[in-house]
Amino acid sequence: MITRLKSCLGLLLLMLLWEIAPRVGLVRMDILPPLSRIFIAWLGLASSGELWTHGVISLFRAFSGAAIAIVVGTVLGVAMAASAPVRIFFRPLMEALYPIPKSALIPITALWLGLGNASQITLIALGCILPVAVGAYNGARGCERVLIWSGRALGAGKMRTLVDIVVPSALPELLSGIRTALALCLVLLVSSELIVSKNGLGYLIGFLGGSGIYDAMFAAVLTIAIFGLIVDRLFLRYIRWVLSWQ
Amino acid sequence: MAVIGRTEDGVRSSPVASALVWLAGIAREYGSLVLVLICWELVARLSLVPPYLMPPFNEVLVRIWAEIGDGTLWVNLLDTLRRTLVGFGIAVVAGVAIGLLLARSSTAEWLVGPLVSIGFPLPKIVFLPIFILWFGVYDTSKVIMIVCDAIFPVITATVAGAQGVERQIIWSARNLGAGERDLLWTIILPAAAPQILSGIEVSLPIALIVAVITEMMLGGTGIGAAMMESWRFAESTGVFAGLLELSIIGFLLIRSMNALRRRLLRWHAEAQADLV
Repeated sequence: MITRLKSCLGLLLLMLLWEIAPRVGLVRMDILPPLSRIFIAWLGLASSGELWTHGVISLFRAFSGAAIAIVVGTVLGVAMAASAPVRIFFRPLMEALYPIPKSALIPITALWLGLGNASQITLIALGCILPVAVGAYNGARGCERVLIWSGRALGAGKMRTLVDIVVPSALPELLSGIRTALALCLVLLVSSELIVSKNGLGYLIGFLGGSGIYDAMFAAVLTIAIFGLIVDRLFLRYIRWVLSWQ
Repeated sequence: MAVIGRTEDGVRSSPVASALVWLAGIAREYGSLVLVLICWELVARLSLVPPYLMPPFNEVLVRIWAEIGDGTLWVNLLDTLRRTLVGFGIAVVAGVAIGLLLARSSTAEWLVGPLVSIGFPLPKIVFLPIFILWFGVYDTSKVIMIVCDAIFPVITATVAGAQGVERQIIWSARNLGAGERDLLWTIILPAAAPQILSGIEVSLPIALIVAVITEMMLGGTGIGAAMMESWRFAESTGVFAGLLELSIIGFLLIRSMNALRRRLLRWHAEAQADLV
């Protein structure tokens, strides 16, 4: 308990400073509201239901976009490693698309699909496919030939070999690709909601900031930040659990 | 590169055959890319989708040519590049310094370590509205946002690299009379360089992504801002021109980063591996 507390000391000091500095007038109260005021504003947002309605919309977008990216990316990456024609077709495309800063797609999907869910889900899916596909491809390529031959010798068909041998041995790199994709997913979600959207948590932040309700804006910002942190930690734990055979 | 090459058997091949091999290599390397661009052009020309959603590729090129002609491309390009590289540069220098401090000092590790491990997975872009409130809508906010996002991969890579240096090397250096300062500059930094450079390679594309987002949100100049402006006026060629320009910038940045890595690590086993 004490060691845990000690390891959080830096964080606790920062939080204390955040509470005290505006109260004693070191920084202006409206520019950096003390933590307690932000917490009260958070309770207000939560009880008025605004946080939940916008939060559910954002969650839906993030989840659908990430799910599409993970499925398509995994299939694409494994197919590229398993079949030469697929590789010859997609590798140059992947190399050409990889350096595009993913945020440049924000106005493109807004142009195609407008301001609603479809546009944001497409953006997240398009942006997150590449890290997943690259992870799956590199992982599947590194699969030991001997394992595949043994599987073949024991009578596994092409599909069985892929699903039972190649995909599990690609898991470490695939999962770290997915972890990158999840981080990117939140960034794309929040920034596209801030820039081109009429709802969602990003829009809520922009709206609160624009109306000068800064303690509520800080509350919404911290909500997303902490949510991102929790998602990453849970996924890390999931990776350790899935890969515990290693 | 010699046009008339020798085949693996050492037999001189005819120029025609080697040209064919070369062409096949090119087709293998870039064929699908050209195919997709041709499909794009055809789909747009045959009006299979409205030109508003997908302007023909050549019109996008014409648009870029026009932007080069009236000088707007250079203005926007230089602004985007300047912000990206300034933010990236600060992130690299500060990130390596903080990383070394964390790896070498237990007090720093104890105080700052948890902050870094919390800060890394945080979606930092969400703090942009707060930075706007604090620093306004000009370059300060943009660059600070870029630094915040790009610094974490550098810090964690530096910590991992510096902690991975073999103890024996450090002990030998100590034995030969190296002070903490010599140790840092002549032992730890070079030994950790491959990992530090990997962290830096991760953070460069992040810097560009964030630079574009900040420009889109805050407006002003820069390619991101120009794309949003075209989007507002429903000029789809402008939007696609921006996408193409940013792809080329991203490609060039990543390429130069790779070249830099090879140059800096010429002495390292990693770079010499291809020679064998």
